[in-house]
This record gives sequence, structure tokens and C-alpha cells, in this order.
Amino acid sequence: MSDIIGLIFISIGLAFDVFGCLGLVRLPDVYNRLQAATKCVTLGTCSILFGTFIVVGPTQAGMKSLLCIIFIILTAPVAAHAIARGAHRCGVKLAKNSIVDHYQDDKEGENVIN
Amino acid sequence: MNQISEETRFARWLVGAGLFVAVIGLILLRPLPFLFYPDLPYLGFVSRAMYIILLACVLCLFRIFKGPSAADRIVAVDILGIMIVGFCAILTVATERSWYIDIGIAWALQSFISTLALSKYMEGKGFDE
Repeated sequence: MSDIIGLIFISIGLAFDVFGCLGLVRLPDVYNRLQAATKCVTLGTCSILFGTFIVVGPTQAGMKSLLCIIFIILTAPVAAHAIARGAHRCGVKLAKNSIVDHYQDDKEGENVIN
Repeated sequence: MNQISEETRFARWLVGAGLFVAVIGLILLRPLPFLFYPDLPYLGFVSRAMYIILLACVLCLFRIFKGPSAADRIVAVDILGIMIVGFCAILTVATERSWYIDIGIAWALQSFISTLALSKYMEGKGFDE
């Protein structure tokens, strides 16, 4: 029974992975791609690892997969934030039909203060 | 980039969506043989799952080759690293050997550090700022 529940978790994770990568291909902008891909693929991989924990049981591999879930949840948003900040600072343009850019206003304020 | 007419864009969208659905249906209905470990407990599920993750990796590679700016490529490399962790997890389910998930942990750590280094390099500043 726990095998079936774990395989269902792994299937949900695979679906999230594939649709995250589809967003990485289809969306028009660096920031939109980052939004889609990072969130979807992080959740999908965490779901795959949790399904691995349920299938394997509390053995060595299961405990290591729980550790890997914690590590991925801690590090993926940091990496995504660093990529977005670096892209905006090195001058990657937004998409044509985007309507607001608050970070640009904040950077102009920084220049006035300094 | 010159202007593309509306019909051409719709035709390209239709071809891409048809290819995507066809490849996923082919993987789910008739997966290629999975030759490394011929007798596994979850052989059908594991082979389908591995080919689906390889399809996602191929989409990431498309973005790496085509991406117009450097930030696109960095995003795609980061996503590829996270997805290889899932690949190692599926190998752990298949073979019940715990060192595959060790490879996954090490790969996640290395991918995180390299992504931070590349984004800081793209920003044009040092680490200590």
C-alpha cells in the first residue's frame, strides 16, 4: 500500500517537473522563466524525494532523501533571488507587455542617496 | 527579430504542442527498453519516469542552446541540476542502493554554489559585497 502512495507522489513530481520545463521554454522573459521553472521544479523534485522516502521506508536512503528535501528547500529560493538580482543589474530587458518595474525605481532611489 | 504573422505563430504553436503530446504519449504507451538493470521491482514505472525526466532535461538543453541572454542559460543550468537530483532519487527507488542519493546531495550542493558564483559574476561584483 505504501508503495502505491509513494509512486503516486513520484508521478505528481514528474508532472510538475515537465510543466516547469515547458514554462522554461515557452515564457517570454528571463524573470517569467525564473518564476515558472524554479518554483515548479523545486516542488516537483521535493515531491519525488518524499515519494522515495515513502517507498523505501526509514532506512539509510529514506533519511538521506529527507535531508536532501531540506537542503533543496533552503537553497533553491536563494539561487533564484541571486539570478534575478544579477540579471536586473546587468541590464536584461523585461518583456514588452509588462507593466510595472518596482526594482528600477528602487535603484534610481539608491543613486540619488549615494 | 522581424515580424511574424499571426497564422505562422499559430502554426508553430500547433506543431510544437502536437510534438509535445506525441512524445509524452509515446513514452507513456510504449517506453524504450531499459537495459541497465533487467529485473527490477518497479520496472515499468521506473522506465517511464526516467524517460519523462530525460524529456524535461532535453527542454532545458533547448533553452541553454537558444537562450538570448546569459541569465537564461544560468536559469536553465540551475534547473538541470535540480532535476538530476530527482533522477538520482528515481534510481534509488529502482535499485534500493543508498549511494545514488549521496550523488544527489553532492550534486545539489555543487549546483547551488556554481549558480551563486555565476550570478555574482554576471552582476559584476565580488562575493564579499
